[in-house]
Amino acid sequence: MFYRLSGTYHTSYEADRKLWKIPTDRWLVVAVLLLALLAPLYVSPLYLGSYVLPWVIWSAAALSLTLLMGLAGQLHFGFAAVMAIGAYASIHLVRFGVPFELALLLSGLIAAVIGAVFGGAALRVKGLYLVMATLAMQYLVDWVVVNVPAISGGAHATLRTPAVSFLFMPVESLAARYWLALGWAVLLTVFFMNVKRTSFGRALVAIRDKDFAAAVIGVDPFKTKLMAFFTSSFMGGVTGAILAFCFYRAVTPEQFGFNVSIQLVAMVLVGGLGSVIGSWLGAGFVLLAPIFLTNLVSGLAAAGWVPVSQNFLSHLPLMIYGAMIIGFLLLEPLGLAKIYDNIRKYFLVWPFRHARS
Amino acid sequence: MAYFLELLISGALTGLMYSLVALGFVLIYKSAGVPNLAQGALVMTAGYAVWLVMAWGLNVWIAIPIAAAIMFGFGLVVERLLLRRMVGQPVIMVVMLTLGLEILLRGLVPGVLGSTPKPIDLGIDFAPIIIGDVFINRTSLYGGIVALLLVGASLLFFRTRLGTKLRAVSDDHVSSWAVGISVERAIGISWGLAGIAAVVAGALWGSSQGVDWTLSTLLFPAVAVVILGGVDSVPGVVVGGILVGVLGTVIPGYLDSVAGGSTRDVVTSLIILLTIMVRPFGIFGREDIERI
Repeated sequence: MFYRLSGTYHTSYEADRKLWKIPTDRWLVVAVLLLALLAPLYVSPLYLGSYVLPWVIWSAAALSLTLLMGLAGQLHFGFAAVMAIGAYASIHLVRFGVPFELALLLSGLIAAVIGAVFGGAALRVKGLYLVMATLAMQYLVDWVVVNVPAISGGAHATLRTPAVSFLFMPVESLAARYWLALGWAVLLTVFFMNVKRTSFGRALVAIRDKDFAAAVIGVDPFKTKLMAFFTSSFMGGVTGAILAFCFYRAVTPEQFGFNVSIQLVAMVLVGGLGSVIGSWLGAGFVLLAPIFLTNLVSGLAAAGWVPVSQNFLSHLPLMIYGAMIIGFLLLEPLGLAKIYDNIRKYFLVWPFRHARS
Repeated sequence: MAYFLELLISGALTGLMYSLVALGFVLIYKSAGVPNLAQGALVMTAGYAVWLVMAWGLNVWIAIPIAAAIMFGFGLVVERLLLRRMVGQPVIMVVMLTLGLEILLRGLVPGVLGSTPKPIDLGIDFAPIIIGDVFINRTSLYGGIVALLLVGASLLFFRTRLGTKLRAVSDDHVSSWAVGISVERAIGISWGLAGIAAVVAGALWGSSQGVDWTLSTLLFPAVAVVILGGVDSVPGVVVGGILVGVLGTVIPGYLDSVAGGSTRDVVTSLIILLTIMVRPFGIFGREDIERI
């Protein structure tokens, strides 16, 4: 087959340090990128708008969170609140007359500062207590957003996003919104793959593995953790703004509730902690699997093949979602990234399985 | 003044009812070291179990022990099937597993048994007790008393032979194995006991607000109670419960009209945040000493 290491020799350190060492991997990335770029041409608007676009945006969100949870090992159960800050900040900035490009950056900065303040407050603790502290952040931000009319436009109000253009391209048509979201997600992906190879990324990993040990070798735990919260919240804030402008277009506080935070953590875990491909696969899986399975069962129920009540059907996505989290944690704790890796390794040496390294 | 007193008393009683939920959390954390974020859903399931047994036409006082037996078994099963495979995994895995269980139960139980609120009639008079100008809700009063009794019972339980084993397990798993205590069984029993505590909480909360999925949202105040009182302290549940209940009732009682509603969640969040910043292990909790 085409997919193998045979004939690929890395004769220099540069060649061995490449992001994609195997030519086939490189071509695969190019092919997937082309497919994604051309998606508006061959995917029907219904599927593009309600499946592919949210997948791309949630992948960006999962990437932002996995920088914090996977690389730096800091648990965050209030990430939807960070995205809410970004979303609301960007809308208000644009309404205030700030150009959209600048508003995206500023909303990311605002989310980063607030996220880092909360993170800094919780930095004395780790594990369970960090979970609880970030949970409290989620509820606090939720409350502020709902109860300050200047932010949300009053409780139960929806805030429409104003019409904007990005680099002179109006973010109005579905394709334009999709390309903007895709561009951001690809940017995050490239950043994430490279940050793992910088001193900052290595410091994060050192902190994750053991913060005392990292301190001994000269990595300042407080500074690094704070930087991790800052970077991750910046990415999350911009993703929240992208989510508001490209997907929801009318924002309510419920779109950034506690359940969304859980969903994000589920995406990161189902995909595999700290993995790039895992973030994409996990976001798609957590987002789409309950929808498809529920459609399947309700189709079967409509055909009269399985006797289930309407009430059962309406609770089915929740069941599938919960069962999915439990199933992955028990059966494949390393997530979809590990499954992908297994398959890839299988094909690398196929059909000589005994040659597997 | 009467308004303040009423808020104070109803807050303290509500807080004691929170501590019923929190007790299950502490029982499991104390023996297994597992933060059980599914305790809210466990309370909801227990409420449904009580309702289900009562729907067979049984008296409520017979139904509650049967439901307790069911939930004890359920706790054992959860521990055996899910949590035992998580031994030695990082805390994020365990937290997410219990959250997954919570989501699953929140979908499965109302999905199968119906999502309209189910009544549980404990035979408690709905008319409040009136002392002077102060109205006291009877359900909360009995709930508070039951909570105190249950916490007292668990304190006594930790002095029995089985309870001593559980305390040993909470101290150190390996040493407990070495002296011949079955750690697995002890942790299983603690899950079963948490199931029983959930039945009491589910019956009382269910009688005051009906049994539906909203019972699982009790998790959040219960978490605040546990963090404030100390995550491995049974008496801490009472003190933390009363504090969370009083602060979460008195402050919204005055602020809700000014700040626009649901300040209770804010107070609860602030309690969690401040506790974690000032004294992460809570009022009565044991400070973790981490080995490098």
